[in-house]
Amino acid sequence: MARPKLKEHHINREWCKGCGICVEFCPKKVLELDRYDKAVIAVLEKCIACRLCELRCPDLAITIETQDQIP
Amino acid sequence: MSVKDYIRERFFPHIWCAGCGHGIVLNNLLRAVGGLGMSKNEIVMVSGIGCSSRISGYVDFHTLHTLHGRALAFATGVKLSKPELNVIVPMGDGDALAIGGNHFIHAARRNIAMTAIVMNNRIYGMTGGQYSPLSGPGKLATTAPYRNIDQDFDIVKLAKAAGATFVARTTTYHIQQMADILRQAILHDGFSVVEILSQCPTYFGRRNKLGNAADMMKFFKDNTTPIGSKAKKENPELTERGIFVQNDLPEYCAEYDKIIKKAGGSC
Repeated sequence: MARPKLKEHHINREWCKGCGICVEFCPKKVLELDRYDKAVIAVLEKCIACRLCELRCPDLAITIETQDQIP
Repeated sequence: MSVKDYIRERFFPHIWCAGCGHGIVLNNLLRAVGGLGMSKNEIVMVSGIGCSSRISGYVDFHTLHTLHGRALAFATGVKLSKPELNVIVPMGDGDALAIGGNHFIHAARRNIAMTAIVMNNRIYGMTGGQYSPLSGPGKLATTAPYRNIDQDFDIVKLAKAAGATFVARTTTYHIQQMADILRQAILHDGFSVVEILSQCPTYFGRRNKLGNAADMMKFFKDNTTPIGSKAKKENPELTERGIFVQNDLPEYCAEYDKIIKKAGGSC
């Protein structure tokens, strides 16, 4: 099966509390915390849509959409 | 599936602190339920009191937020009157094993079909960081400023000894294992206990100088190992995770139905 390709990486700033778990465990270092302590995307091109940030987010603030996903 | 289909969005952002492991449990519990394709109407979540128990407010199932330690007693009532429903009982370590210790062992002994999730963060977070029966010796807490002298429970051994027919342990770091174990626990026809090591960065982590939430999760990664692994033989200090018990024994509601029939009633 082909690796899913990223369509959209969405971070809900209203729900993000800036714990940094997604930043720490991203295998490709795609994310960082901004000056308001909210998770933001630093380098989107590196994202491999592994969903580890989405699954480990305690605030349910991250949603990954992939291209093969049935809406 | 989208986790948003299973939550009450109007209550978000939730009350848990930044980095609280309970949010990760919520996240992956919803994915486990979504993966089973169950309707929201077939699930009842019953919780007691504490940080962990606030989880029932956020899920869009049938929910009951009940008394401290008594969630399993309420859940037993729900399950006996409506055995066709799937009952999930999330509890904290103090809620399940201190205040609700008696309910816990007897629910396990009866083997009533429900899923008890013990979100073990080793502290009473909501009330300000008092030590719990899972804190363990040598740990600092607001009520143990000179370090705790109480030995801690081993939830897996306790559940096993009390007769639970499904016993497992995982952590908030091991998300795929967590969702997989929760799926199997929900499907199990008997009393299932799932201990999930969870981090409280605010009280347990800060006071014991364990770093931030991510550091505490790295600790789970480095100090746990799959059951029976080579690493465990080399280093017995490691905590094992996985499914420890998975037995088939008569389920309580099914046995009760037989009694009703024997007595000439209808069910």
